[in-house]
Amino acid sequence: MSVEAREARQPWILLSPALGAVVLLLFVPLVFIVVYSFWLRTATGADQVGFYLNNWKEVLSDAFYRDILFGTLKIATITTVICALMGYPAAYFIARSRGNKAILLLLLMLPFWISYIIRTMSWINILGVSGAFNTFLLWVGVIDEPIQMLYNQTTVILGLVHFLLPFMVLNVFVSLDGIDTTLEDAANSLGATRWQAFVQVTLPLSLPGLAAGGLLCFVLGAGTYITPLVLGGPRDAMFANLVFEAIITQLNWPLGSALSLMLLAVLGALVLIYNRYLGMAQLMKGLG
Amino acid sequence: MAGKSNLGWHLIRGWAMAVYVFMFLPVAVVVLLSFNASQFGSFPMTGFSFRWFVELAQNEAILRAFRTSIILGTLTALFSTTLGVLASLALVRYNVPGRNMITTMLIAPILVPEVVLAVALLLFLNFLGLPKSFPLLLAGHVIFTLPFVILVVQARLVSIKRDIEEAALSLGASPRQTFFEITLPLMMPAVLAGGLFAFTISFDDITGTLFWKPGGVETVPTQIFAMLRNSISPEINALGTVMILMTVGLPLIGLAIARKVASKGGS
Repeated sequence: MSVEAREARQPWILLSPALGAVVLLLFVPLVFIVVYSFWLRTATGADQVGFYLNNWKEVLSDAFYRDILFGTLKIATITTVICALMGYPAAYFIARSRGNKAILLLLLMLPFWISYIIRTMSWINILGVSGAFNTFLLWVGVIDEPIQMLYNQTTVILGLVHFLLPFMVLNVFVSLDGIDTTLEDAANSLGATRWQAFVQVTLPLSLPGLAAGGLLCFVLGAGTYITPLVLGGPRDAMFANLVFEAIITQLNWPLGSALSLMLLAVLGALVLIYNRYLGMAQLMKGLG
Repeated sequence: MAGKSNLGWHLIRGWAMAVYVFMFLPVAVVVLLSFNASQFGSFPMTGFSFRWFVELAQNEAILRAFRTSIILGTLTALFSTTLGVLASLALVRYNVPGRNMITTMLIAPILVPEVVLAVALLLFLNFLGLPKSFPLLLAGHVIFTLPFVILVVQARLVSIKRDIEEAALSLGASPRQTFFEITLPLMMPAVLAGGLFAFTISFDDITGTLFWKPGGVETVPTQIFAMLRNSISPEINALGTVMILMTVGLPLIGLAIARKVASKGGS
């Protein structure tokens, strides 16, 4: 073999284990559940191999699934908007601070490292019947009896915001930090007020970061089932909870496949739209 | 910057402080309550005590979960970092045709919602005859952590200059020698960072783990989740405190090591 041929083969040797793993453990399984979603789970619990449209008919026409899908998208939207409103000014503060930016950013990223389940459960300590907030209200004398503040849609959103906010802050920060601050000064010297300079110069330049953070918050928020199980009530199930129910509780794997693909189609479409207009590079910056 | 003393900046700073409080308050309360002497895992604080940490250390189920999580996290880090470092080397060092396409493929496990990844992997491997088991759990964790490792390692690799390697080669070192004596030591911070990242993500994962774990096997997060089903006991807060120390402490230690290795390599 010539030297060039060996040289050309080398990267593929290095890449093959990782690519092989992704193909075998992600792409082929995804194709498999597409096939699986057309099978049928019979009453005896065996899979009937074939081409049945029953699962898809159920998933696409049943109002129960549709309502939960819309509910999930609503919760993800509200969560993303709150993350943007809370996270943007915080990221702006860090990016324009004269103090130690690295430390300020690290501090806000620390909760990101703290276990998701611990952070979710920590709200029970705050809002539970014998939690910090109720204890405080009782002590002040505003209420005579503890109020049940947990296990509703609001606490699900609260938990999601707490979980996802660092993703937003990081992405906006990366974007803001790359903007030359002299641009704002130039706008000021040309007669713009600080607010005008921000709205017309800085904000548009930071939109890619905001979009990347927003996409992450939305996709991760819409794909969760743990937060509703811990902080939601029985009626606060999100779409991923349906998948979990079908696969783990009812063991109806063909139906679970169809439900998973439905979730993938909706969230995947968002990722593709994002990729089409903004590209993956911005997202990678925030993740790496 | 001029005008920092104006009202707008004060508002932004106040807002940012409120965000910090929002992020830290619940976590602080977990740590506070884990030292509560009261027999309920809630307010009021009745005194300072380590009793919940003692009970934690005697809880067989929790210790088993810790062992499982640590073994799983270590193996995940090992596999994921090996695959990730090799792939990153290829992507950074060679002019691979279709690089963007390949990168997107390798990042795909985090672009697909984790629930969907979990279902697909479970059903496919079960179809192949591998039911819920530790190997399935490991396969899931490796594939899920791989994109993070690749992103972190790639970002670090770019900053290593090729000149040093070329110098070694031109001074008569073989490609193999160059790799083990020059490239690998320079890459170590990136490798460590990637491994640590993979371990932490694996240690923390619950979304996929609940799908993949066989009955009777619990990792620390799934154990906490199972305990939450009953009621919130002070033991959970103590466990939370230990987890916080681990997941916050480990990356900080890793960062310190990486700095030290980097500065040694630089001097």
